[in-house]
Amino acid sequence: MDTTSLPDELVTYTLIVNGTTHTVDAGWQGESLLYVLRERLGQPAAKNACEQGECGSCSVLLDERLVCACLVMAASAEGQRVTTVEGLAPTDSGLSDVQAAFVQAGAVQCGFCTPGLVMAVHDLLDHTPSPTDLEMREAISGNLCRCTGYGRIFEAIKNAAAARMNG
Amino acid sequence: MPIATPHSLDDALRALQADPESQFLAGGTDFMVEVNAGHRRPGSVIALSRIPELKTIDLTDTTLRIGAGVTYSQFQQPPISSTHPALAAAARTVGSPQIRNAGTIGGNVGTASPAGDTLPVLAALDAHIELTSVHRLTRLVGWRDFFVGVKRTSLRPDELITAITLPVLDSRQDYLKVGTRNAMVISVAGLALVVDLGGRNVRVALGSVGPVPLRAPEAETWVAEQIDWESPRVVDPRTYETFGMMVAHAATPITDHRSTADYRRHAIGVMAQRALMRLL
Repeated sequence: MDTTSLPDELVTYTLIVNGTTHTVDAGWQGESLLYVLRERLGQPAAKNACEQGECGSCSVLLDERLVCACLVMAASAEGQRVTTVEGLAPTDSGLSDVQAAFVQAGAVQCGFCTPGLVMAVHDLLDHTPSPTDLEMREAISGNLCRCTGYGRIFEAIKNAAAARMNG
Repeated sequence: MPIATPHSLDDALRALQADPESQFLAGGTDFMVEVNAGHRRPGSVIALSRIPELKTIDLTDTTLRIGAGVTYSQFQQPPISSTHPALAAAARTVGSPQIRNAGTIGGNVGTASPAGDTLPVLAALDAHIELTSVHRLTRLVGWRDFFVGVKRTSLRPDELITAITLPVLDSRQDYLKVGTRNAMVISVAGLALVVDLGGRNVRVALGSVGPVPLRAPEAETWVAEQIDWESPRVVDPRTYETFGMMVAHAATPITDHRSTADYRRHAIGVMAQRALMRLL
């Protein structure tokens, strides 16, 4: 990355988002991955709320690790693989299994927290196919939902896990 | 250069030498909160996330060396969770899975917040902080000499935190923490307890009740004499309460936006008693 010709704190770099390489041209280096996804790359699934890692609504995978996109300096993620909700569903159908389970269980109310929760649940089930109740609670402990009371979210997780086990 | 993303320790140190004003970016869980809030200008940044040498975990019979880039999530897995269960317990109380996947021990130590959750564990285990300079000189600094004040350390401007080293003990360990809820909470008070069965001593360290982690040496010495080390067990059940009072006495808490000094001291006493009951 040659930045010598750019004004102070402006950087140009590439990000790999859902398998597609994007160039971010002369972005301010302090921009978070969340900001760049939403405002520069037109990928609005990760939601912007607390900007301090408290709410989980911006959860994405960075090299297969679940992180808060608001706490990733975007320019530092050059060359790393970013997966957002936009990249979860197989191309031949509209929803991933976890998304479908959320719909079927009625686990979505206002929907703001849903993309982050869906990312967290995918991450959980990819590593822990048959989670206990405690594992489920810990897995989504960083994702705040102010609408549902979580009951139907847990139902959706259980249904998605069962479907994978039987699948 | 505004941001460097070195792929080796050598490149990171070279970047620091080229631009001594650079700031290190580890997991970003503190750094980016400040940037997002407009409280910190990133300036020149050296991102540490791609450096394999900082991600190693080396275990021998006597020593555990944890690379500065090892995350809290990794503390919850073997080998660290087996050899140093207090570190695993402390890591489990940090943030959420998202935070634990990003945050690193080097970042926790370098930030040196009084509320840093690994700090009491490192103090109880008499950890050393490994620092490497741009001249490739490495020094090991004991935790007492490293943490010098609230968010202040003895790290020199030409150095990088490269690892933490801990003794491997035949011990029982735990970390307890009080906060306003279970998940996603910054410590109001934290306590690490290590019962060293091999060395027949007890180490207790406190977090969030002083500018730096604190030990409670009088309580440690006293309680070691109350233990039947052959069993091992506490001989007199009144020991637990007295130990709690003695440990609470060692705390130097303040009242701030997160809690009061009185409550913090009380919580330390309860946690000390409870941790000893759990371990013996």
